[in-house]
Amino acid sequence: MIARLRAPGLHRGILSIPLGIGLAYVIVLPIRAASHYHPVLDGTAILQVALITAPLAFLVGLGAFDYWFYWAAGRPTRPEDHSAHGARSWKDYFRINTDHKVIGTQYVVHSFLYFMIGGLFAMLMRAQLAQPGGKFVDANTYNGLFSVHATLMIFLFIIPVFAGFANFVLPLMIGAPDMAFPRLNALSFWLLPIAGLMILGSFFAPGGSFASGWTAYAPLSTSAPIGQVFFTLGVQFAGASSIATALNFLVTIITMRAPGMSFFRLPLLVWANFATSLLVVIATPFIAASQFFVLLDRALGFNFFNAGRGGDVLMYQHVFWFYSHPAVYIMILPGFGIISEVIAVKARKPIFGYRMMAFSLLAIVVLGFTVWAHHMFTSGMPAWLRDPMMITTCIIAIPTGVKIFSWLATLWRGVLHMDTPMLWALGFITMFTLGGISGVMLAMVPFDLDVSKTYFVVAHIHYVLFGGSVFTIFAGAYYWFPKMTGRMYDERLGRWHFWTTLVFFNLTFAPMHIVGIEGMPRRVATYASQFATWNLIISIASFGLGLSTLIFVYNMIASWRGGPRAAANPWRAMTLEWQVSSPPPIFNFESLPTIVGGPYEYGVPGAVHAVFREGAKVPSPAGDTLAVPSE
Amino acid sequence: MEEPHPPTPHRPPVPRVVMIRLLVIGLIAAGAGIAIGLEIPWFPPAAASQAHTIDTLYYVLIICTVPIFVLVTTMVLFSIWRFRMRPGEERLDGPPIHGNTRLEVIWTALPSVLIGSLVVYAAIVLHDIGVKKPNEITINVVGRQWEWSFTYPKYHDASGQPIVAPVLELPINRPVYFEINSVDVIHTFYVPAFRLQEDAVPGITTTLRATPDRLGSYPVVCTQLCGYGHSTMRTTLYVVTAAKFQTWLAEHGYSGGPSAQTASVHTTSTTGLSATKEGTP
Repeated sequence: MIARLRAPGLHRGILSIPLGIGLAYVIVLPIRAASHYHPVLDGTAILQVALITAPLAFLVGLGAFDYWFYWAAGRPTRPEDHSAHGARSWKDYFRINTDHKVIGTQYVVHSFLYFMIGGLFAMLMRAQLAQPGGKFVDANTYNGLFSVHATLMIFLFIIPVFAGFANFVLPLMIGAPDMAFPRLNALSFWLLPIAGLMILGSFFAPGGSFASGWTAYAPLSTSAPIGQVFFTLGVQFAGASSIATALNFLVTIITMRAPGMSFFRLPLLVWANFATSLLVVIATPFIAASQFFVLLDRALGFNFFNAGRGGDVLMYQHVFWFYSHPAVYIMILPGFGIISEVIAVKARKPIFGYRMMAFSLLAIVVLGFTVWAHHMFTSGMPAWLRDPMMITTCIIAIPTGVKIFSWLATLWRGVLHMDTPMLWALGFITMFTLGGISGVMLAMVPFDLDVSKTYFVVAHIHYVLFGGSVFTIFAGAYYWFPKMTGRMYDERLGRWHFWTTLVFFNLTFAPMHIVGIEGMPRRVATYASQFATWNLIISIASFGLGLSTLIFVYNMIASWRGGPRAAANPWRAMTLEWQVSSPPPIFNFESLPTIVGGPYEYGVPGAVHAVFREGAKVPSPAGDTLAVPSE
Repeated sequence: MEEPHPPTPHRPPVPRVVMIRLLVIGLIAAGAGIAIGLEIPWFPPAAASQAHTIDTLYYVLIICTVPIFVLVTTMVLFSIWRFRMRPGEERLDGPPIHGNTRLEVIWTALPSVLIGSLVVYAAIVLHDIGVKKPNEITINVVGRQWEWSFTYPKYHDASGQPIVAPVLELPINRPVYFEINSVDVIHTFYVPAFRLQEDAVPGITTTLRATPDRLGSYPVVCTQLCGYGHSTMRTTLYVVTAAKFQTWLAEHGYSGGPSAQTASVHTTSTTGLSATKEGTP
């Protein structure tokens, strides 16, 4: 029993939390006493420090830093020989595991959990908005619901789920045995549950959860109750996770490609994650900074954003959007990568204009840093900034358009396998085009002056993030489900999921364009009666959208438990992850492959992407003796 | 199309007649899409000269962008119909077309020209709606949690105080220059009938120009999340005739000039006005 508690793992991690809270007391009490603050025992002050110390103590207890502690103390360390790889039972997913495939699965499952929670919050919001003057929740709770909804969807679902898919398939795709930094990889994942629980836990804070939106504009956020700090610090953990993973991807992609895997033989998913990781490492420190400003203002009275004391309110928005605009590309570029994989395989054709696809990703990375102030056209920023930001915002539509047209050209004369991943991919192309169009409209400053901060913006963001990102996530989830689980999903349920989602998605979000242009502000708990009819329709449709997701959840769980065994390469894809068994062997490759051609040479007679060493036997699947690895 | 596929290793090129049919269907769909886009009664009534300019910009955007959506959707639907895998094609691959430089140049250049023209047009509109006009009336808009107040600095009551009201009363066809402030957090002063909004930011003064040109009452709302009462931070704009505006000023104690008088009761209430804070139509 004692040995179990002393060993790294969840037990020791949870036991360490009280130690972390105790540390907060030890830090705060002497400082307050020495500074003659009254009362010395101040719950708010201790809570804010405990929100930093308790998670760190949890990570230490979990064993996330064991290796580095041993190394620093000069004690014998356990070299990373991949011996701890693989998951032999479900319990292995609840401990520090350095296997990129286990971590990938941890990421994806954890992210979908928060997708459900965030979606549930959206339903609660729509229940409140079903009629004007709704009494379902009070205004403060409502403000908390949409703030937490957005925060969970962005920081705990879309960004990490892409990191999860990439974690699983990217090392396989480039012919690597693992990520470059497996321990950092494990730490990156375990930062996420901390962020998630902290953001959810804000509902239990005195004064309620943070209620200043996921944007947390100062000075609303700097004068908010303590719940705000749960956002401020939760985002730090999610951001640190994001940055560490991005560094890991960059180093992995640059240094661990198999022989012959030149950059222009990389699958576009790898390119997409390369571009995304560049964005993350450059941009994410800015949101960390913006939230530290808020924390210092709120907790220590720094007056960064206190206009009465020489503070600059607009500075918050500049720093925040300097991250949060690139963040929308962080939330869509990996999806572009997924769509390229799915469309090439399902249309049985090489990606049309492969190099332009790669270059347009890099163009978006560069341009993505030049458009942030288009979120601020009505903010009172200097008027001269409007025209340049409008121009750069419109320019960024060009590389995005190139990608859409290239996918369409890839379909041309292909042999379209219209199964679930392809349905999501094609649904993405059409829905994302709508989101892109409303985006170009919003870039036009005079029109933005009208509909900025109305439901038109809510409609736009959901067309790009749901019709865009989430559709690509579903495409990826179905596409790699056989590889990740070794099972096939139920195709019929997959189609039902797609069609119900497509219909209810449009019924939910298309009318928001109309009420927005009619002048309904966003983030309101009640609204003028003129918007009542549309809002009722939206609310009903949104419940349908929520129910459609249950089809997906059922399909995934049931198929994972009892679906038919998946072949190694059920889609006849050329990329490397499909050349190993499903699920992949613990060590990925028996012998490292040599890359001899492009990843999408469908239709080229005798084309091969990679060759394995002569005589290397086909690796057997991990943790499973029944699956047949070959088709 | 039910004609059997010839036994080539790949799909044959699409015949010209099918391409023409596709083009015609696409054009009809684009026309229908534009017609629908223009038919939908998107906007609430427009009550300022700026609003008409912005509405026109929106309809131009509809005309320019609907065909793009129709193009993409038509291509997707056509591909599904024409190129979907049919029984017996399980092992068939598409032709290995890796790209076409001319096509790629076209679909980079054409959208660039389109978007470039829209940007120039939008920049001109942006300039036009902000032009200073003669005979402007200046109004100070102040946002606070959770109400608006409007100060008419040129119009003083008998005690020399500028007139302040919780509703916005404007004479028709007289250009207005709004100077916007906040005393606590950020709010946004939004008049949907003007199609204009601007943040009320603590510490700085932001500005907005509008020329009301339609009589009536219109909602004024806050669009920037500002805390508990954000949803109900609304008031009403009344666009009235010049004569009625003078009457309204008089009701609020306007004494005809900025000279301070004595012994007059300071009245800045909403007496005589039907609008209340919740009185959004």
